[in-house]
Amino acid sequence: MKYNGEHLFYGELGHFLAVLSFVASLIATISYFKASRNKLLEEQRGWIKMARIAFGIETVCVLGVFITLFFIVSHHYHEYYYAWNHSSRSLSKKYLFASIWEGQEGSFLLWNIWHCLLGWVLIWRSKKWEAPVMTVLSFAQVCLASMLLGIYFFGWKMGSNPFALLRNELNAPMLFTNPDYLQFPKIMEGNDLNATLQNYWMVIHPPILFLGFASTIVPFAYAIAGLMKNDHTWTKPVIPWAAFSGAALGGGIMMGAAWAYEALNFGGYWAWDPVENASLVPWLVMIAGLHTNLVFKSSGYSLKSTYLFYILSFSLVLYSTFLTRSGILGDTSVHAFTEQDMSVQLISFILVFFIPAMVLFFYRNKSIPTIRKEESSYSREFWMFIGSLVLFLAGIIIISKTSIPVYNKVFGTNIAMPEDPKFSYNQIQIFIAIIIGVLSAFTQYFKYKNTDKKTFFKKILWPTLIALAISLCIIFIGNIDYKEKGPGFMVAIYIAMFAGVYAFVANFAYIWIGLKGKMKSAGASIAHIGFAIALIGILISSSRKMVLSENTTGIALLPKSKDYDPQENLTLFKGVKTDMGKYDVTYVGDSINNSDHKKYFQLDFVSKDGKEKFSIYPDLINNNKGMEGQSANPDNKHYWNRDIFVYVSASSQGKQDDTSQYKPVEMKPGDSVFYSSGIIVLNDIVKSADSLKRPLQPGEVGIGMNMTVISTDGMHYRAMPVIALKDNTLRIIPDTVIAQSLIIRFNKLSDTGGGKIEFGIKEDQGIQSIITLKVYQFPFVSLLWIGIIIMITGFVMSVVQRVRAGFKTSVV
Amino acid sequence: MKKTHIVALVLIAIAIAALISFMGNVTTYETIASAKQKPGKFVNLIAKMDKSKPMNYDPIKNPNYLTFTAIDTLGNSIEVVYHDAKPTDMEKSERLVLKGKVEDGKFECKDILLKCPSKYKDDANANAKSISASVN
Repeated sequence: MKYNGEHLFYGELGHFLAVLSFVASLIATISYFKASRNKLLEEQRGWIKMARIAFGIETVCVLGVFITLFFIVSHHYHEYYYAWNHSSRSLSKKYLFASIWEGQEGSFLLWNIWHCLLGWVLIWRSKKWEAPVMTVLSFAQVCLASMLLGIYFFGWKMGSNPFALLRNELNAPMLFTNPDYLQFPKIMEGNDLNATLQNYWMVIHPPILFLGFASTIVPFAYAIAGLMKNDHTWTKPVIPWAAFSGAALGGGIMMGAAWAYEALNFGGYWAWDPVENASLVPWLVMIAGLHTNLVFKSSGYSLKSTYLFYILSFSLVLYSTFLTRSGILGDTSVHAFTEQDMSVQLISFILVFFIPAMVLFFYRNKSIPTIRKEESSYSREFWMFIGSLVLFLAGIIIISKTSIPVYNKVFGTNIAMPEDPKFSYNQIQIFIAIIIGVLSAFTQYFKYKNTDKKTFFKKILWPTLIALAISLCIIFIGNIDYKEKGPGFMVAIYIAMFAGVYAFVANFAYIWIGLKGKMKSAGASIAHIGFAIALIGILISSSRKMVLSENTTGIALLPKSKDYDPQENLTLFKGVKTDMGKYDVTYVGDSINNSDHKKYFQLDFVSKDGKEKFSIYPDLINNNKGMEGQSANPDNKHYWNRDIFVYVSASSQGKQDDTSQYKPVEMKPGDSVFYSSGIIVLNDIVKSADSLKRPLQPGEVGIGMNMTVISTDGMHYRAMPVIALKDNTLRIIPDTVIAQSLIIRFNKLSDTGGGKIEFGIKEDQGIQSIITLKVYQFPFVSLLWIGIIIMITGFVMSVVQRVRAGFKTSVV
Repeated sequence: MKKTHIVALVLIAIAIAALISFMGNVTTYETIASAKQKPGKFVNLIAKMDKSKPMNYDPIKNPNYLTFTAIDTLGNSIEVVYHDAKPTDMEKSERLVLKGKVEDGKFECKDILLKCPSKYKDDANANAKSISASVN
């Protein structure tokens, strides 16, 4: 059948480029391998030349695939499944990139592109290491390119082609009997980008994170190259690469945390979700490797562990790819992303790197030089090694816990995380934080090899005392008092607070004491300072996190259960000021923004002392992609020392067309009448303006009818409909008892006399829009972000410094 | 033996101890029937909402109180009490992971995880269904 309006050329071009990139990277791998094994300089040059050409072709192809895919998505060629499934015509232009990396294929492509760029830097800079290092990198490119093939080999599908056609992917034969299927509204419009991902973070977080993932291959490749050649001099040029990886991966992870905090309702910036852990662990191991690498460079110790850590860091990136993309996390993660069956390919991807690397490592184990002589415990290398080991073990503990779904799959068990999963991580990691904090404080005060005891203690004394004083101040003045998990954990928090402050003060002081203020070489100290500030921020914001939305309305609270009672949600009625601890909150209104599918709620916060006044706009997104309902996005009010964090946990809208009628009833003071869920008592008539519930306009005389509404569940509410007289005009002001959906107004003086008054009573379930709120206060969360930025700055400084030094030595 | 080796062994031993104690704290996935056998034990249920039974959630009365009946694939059901706001879309979710414990024949739920049919998945069949429905 001939279909109208399809643009088949672009898909064929894209797929051709994808296949070509696979072939080219295969040729590059083989050529680089040949070059690395060849002793003859002349032949080696020939192989390298060929490999570079192949790698160049591959780079062009990968970029071509990306541009073609972007072209298809941005032109809304919905005959392609990828374009149809990840974007829509009404999608804002700025999210078109996000559409590309929403899917599995696009994010592999992103990874692929970074590898190409890193590869060219390596070709430019790595000199004698080019051939073996690029062998490894090109081989990774073969694997990544295979993920985009979508070609069947002997009945087994390899990879998933992003240029697959909608009519081949979608199992809807009815639809494709029509040559004009592209004109169907749902096809025409597109399935859209997931609404919760339509966020500026989605545009910038994935590229940085994938740069981080991609960068871990460089130290890995150098390590493999070193093992292949039995030459360990690679440990020098790799240091800036490892620091770069620390910056990129760390930055990528924390951007994800910032996204979670700013725009997703996970209730904070870190939830120990498997997807978060899976990217954190390679970072921890990379940092461990960076430190042992520095130890080796200056002292000759720790070479084996450097090999091991660099190999494991990249292997763990591959493992995390498997965890997040194979669908195995299923019930344990909120954002594991697809369920395309690529498990076999993903597992092979890990093993094909991990197993040869380990075999090579053990094969060379004997010939890797180790120093028999023991390190002095007054040496920098001793403590740096311990710190690295602790980081590594922390990573192993985290990934072991995260792998529960894998155990279940492999051993057929049915275990799940403990009752309080976050605490099960925190209770271990706080001790890791303590050790790392203290070690990063004093280790730099040791010299490599050996340090004079007296000078060491003399130098470290003041930073220690100052840190002790500051941390005690923070604990007592800041009133750190976290009893939820028992006194043991609270003491751990105190010690961790000291460790954080200690790391901050000692590293700050070291810039002057140790480096004499030479900022150029202060990269490490600055990275440590950043880490320390982040740690302090984490400790304060989590231990002093406060629920502001405790239910204080007194509306029919049920008895609390024995041991569990969050009661963290507060219901607000539109237009009604509600008491929320320190603040009075009013739900002023809401508005729908059609361009971003969001419904914004305006909430006015006024502090009880009247000093603070602000509005906050959390929103609900209307879900798309075949999912009904809404997801909540928080909004924050940032102060220098705390954030107010608000999201809407439930909402229900009042009816627009109010059909119920006022029912007339007659009463005199002392009388009572029934309504559907209780009684209304008319107490008395009040005339003085002060006792009226509402202010009157100037010149008016008011009469209020003081009533008590008693509902069947025993709650009492006050109601006061009012009539206001001015000259000869009568203004009727009804009163509402919102909790009972009741409106009462004065109708007229009764015709029957006897002082009776006729009231109109209206009951309507939908008189009001209501929302349920969750409000947290996170103090000093800004410290976390500032700390991370400083840490990354420190990494970048040391990369720059070492690259410059490298240039200088290469000139000489 | 070098000092670093001793320290390394001690640290590794601590890490293993931490993992063992962690394995002692893990919970299990249960069916409703087996969870009822273990009252007071913290378990994870995989179930869905029984839409034929009433769901009780009135944010006006109490935004922190939700009750409904959960039913699992074996057809057993249990009343669930949840002291928090109703997760949006719970009715539409095909799979709920309920974390909590059975007390007095009721499931005191501490956390609810929703598994929506197509939240983070590209379910081609679901897509096909929704489109075909719109065409016909």
